Amino acid sequence: MRHFLPLTGILLFLLFWHVLVATSPGTLVPSPLQAILGIVELAEKGLLVRYIVASLFRVTWGYLAALLIAVPAGVLLGLWRRGEVAINPILQLLRPISPLAWIPIAILWFGVGDLAAVFLIFLASVLPLTLTTVNAVHNIEGVHLAAGRNFGLTTRELVRSVIVPAILPQLIVGMRITVGIAWLVVVAAEMIAVNSGLGFLIVDARNAGNRYDLVVAGMILIGAIGVLLDLLMRALERLPGVRWGYAAE
Amino acid sequence: MNATRRTQNAERRKGARTVAVLFPFFVLRFAFCVLLLVLWHLAVIVTATTIFPSPLDVLRGLTELPHLAAYTRDSLFRVSAGYLSAVLLGVPAGLALGWWSSLARAANPLIQMLRPISPLAWMPLAVIWFGVSNLAPIFLIFLASFFPIVVATMNGVRNVPPVYVQAGRNFGLSTRALLVRVVFPAVLPRILVGLRIAFGVAWLVLVAAEMIAVDSGLGYLIIDARNAGKRYDLVVGGMLLIGFIGLALDALIRRTEKLRFVKWSFSE
Amino acid sequence: MKVVFSGISKTFGGNRVLDDVHLSVREGEFVCLLGPSGCGKSTLLNIVGGFLQPSEGEVTIDGERVTGPDPRRIFVFQERGVFPWLTVEENIGFGLFRQSDAEKRERIAHYVQLVGLKGFEEAYPRELSGGMKQRLEVARALAVNPDVLYLDEPFGALDSITRLQMRRELLRIWQAEKKTILFVTHDIEESVQLADRVVVLSARPGRIRRVLDVAIPHPRDLSDPRYIALRDEIFGEIGLAHQV
Repeated sequence: MRHFLPLTGILLFLLFWHVLVATSPGTLVPSPLQAILGIVELAEKGLLVRYIVASLFRVTWGYLAALLIAVPAGVLLGLWRRGEVAINPILQLLRPISPLAWIPIAILWFGVGDLAAVFLIFLASVLPLTLTTVNAVHNIEGVHLAAGRNFGLTTRELVRSVIVPAILPQLIVGMRITVGIAWLVVVAAEMIAVNSGLGFLIVDARNAGNRYDLVVAGMILIGAIGVLLDLLMRALERLPGVRWGYAAE
Repeated sequence: MNATRRTQNAERRKGARTVAVLFPFFVLRFAFCVLLLVLWHLAVIVTATTIFPSPLDVLRGLTELPHLAAYTRDSLFRVSAGYLSAVLLGVPAGLALGWWSSLARAANPLIQMLRPISPLAWMPLAVIWFGVSNLAPIFLIFLASFFPIVVATMNGVRNVPPVYVQAGRNFGLSTRALLVRVVFPAVLPRILVGLRIAFGVAWLVLVAAEMIAVDSGLGYLIIDARNAGKRYDLVVGGMLLIGFIGLALDALIRRTEKLRFVKWSFSE
Repeated sequence: MKVVFSGISKTFGGNRVLDDVHLSVREGEFVCLLGPSGCGKSTLLNIVGGFLQPSEGEVTIDGERVTGPDPRRIFVFQERGVFPWLTVEENIGFGLFRQSDAEKRERIAHYVQLVGLKGFEEAYPRELSGGMKQRLEVARALAVNPDVLYLDEPFGALDSITRLQMRRELLRIWQAEKKTILFVTHDIEESVQLADRVVVLSARPGRIRRVLDVAIPHPRDLSDPRYIALRDEIFGEIGLAHQV
């Protein structure tokens, strides 16, 4: 019974979709079944694994590179007020520039290929992650820092044993939101700037012969992988060392 | 405990004052911006690039951006149409889903499935449904903002402290009155945070959608400047414009957090 | 009899927190429910308030069975219950949606005065102290003119000086407005200072151990031998030596 309502919701949606397609003759939109067959076809051609790996490869590298730079930079700026004051206006200006607006520049610098896409993912992730870290450092309880100093910790020890554990819960929430954005950007980047990956699949399936079953198959795959990435990040929120930060939720 | 914090704050204030006298914040900011511009300029000279523009080229480019007013207007129209319709539908939907848990159980798997599909992946379908018109990008922006707004509102409702709801019931409020007079004001601060995040995504999607689906707007400006003659000065100029307008709109949304009846949640 | 508990038991997932509670409260009486943390006294108050259903037994008020919350009986939470998005005036007027505007204004003014928040009508709760927020919540409850007030450790979050002042205020309001009050506390002194009767509950599962009449007229002198004797009797009842 626990699964009754969720299953009904999904089934109703699929039924509605199917009936809508069945009752509109000549529509280009595929039925749910055709979309599933589209995924099977992709698997048979060997494109399924290749495109998924291509997209995940770009997201992983771009995102990890951003994380490696953003967290230390964020901690530094969070602690060093003058540095933050100087840099903040630039960050605020760069942030609302859609990462996709960088596409021409990315292609100019890195050519049409993986590196351009990785660069875009990096751009899309590095600013939100830095700003989250700065905020998290600002939100550390003053008493925790004071206690750390009281026990005679050096700055380095303070970072390792007070600051990093204290910012982790908020950082993980930021990481989760950012993965969502990175995933959105990789799809868009692949639609414009490269010729492999799930975003490319969607554009290509449409342009090369109006294969809308493959378009929807691509959408389903994008959705499913997006869910998995989100679940992965949510699993981090359940680590014993960070649970205290979410007690209220 | 309070005493230590107070002395710390006092010390910090004193430190800040000393710095403020020597380097007022705006001087710091200004100096850093100038430094960046100089570095950029030097980099262009040192690499002897003929393609990438210097800051001066960009400044010149900004003055000759084609159809600037019309493109900006188109972009603003699309983003506000898509975003506002997402707000109008998303907030009530989120309130309902947060309040009636069985509704949420039925709809949640669907939402979780549709939400991570990058809005841009809907582009081919949007073009089937709406043709190459303003409606296609508006639909994409709607999708991009709708799900974050619904989810933020729904989670907000679930986290409303039960004492507020109990107090409301105690005074004999009907469910409708309870939603309007207690639940909505209690989640409003969280809704506003959700609206701001959703706007960030909408702005990002707008630019991408205009690069792919239409032939006007700020996104199109950038892709067109590159394709039609590698005018990178115009590309960078367009990017700066996108940044400034996005910043201004974000500031506008941020102002709502200062409203009297939500300030309780944001102060401190 | 105003409020009658007959055979109230409550079980949460196999855990019995209240066991066969019988109690009758007279109209206009001030009754304290006293017990250690986790004895189910708050659960009992939530049952009479209509927020929880008892597993066995029933509560009647004026002979009418309690099935849900009712504006004739208002529950006062620790100051947490005031709405942070409304001003002092708006909070007090919250329950007055059936009244005409003129009556609403008049009642708000009256209760602002009564709880001593004059001059703060336009203030938001975050600008008030804990004691002021607590008085605001009491005013919001009184404004709808209920016949019973339920108070769940209302002064628990206040400092001890403010707490004493608040007790005096509450007694003043109670004497002026003639309400029936059920007051939950774990503070022995507080119960003897305030109540007409103190109901002592045992630890889990909560049962009534003892009901003591406090026949000392207000204002009560805290060095009155009758006060000290009663207080020590409850200390003994709960099994604590009156020493630090």
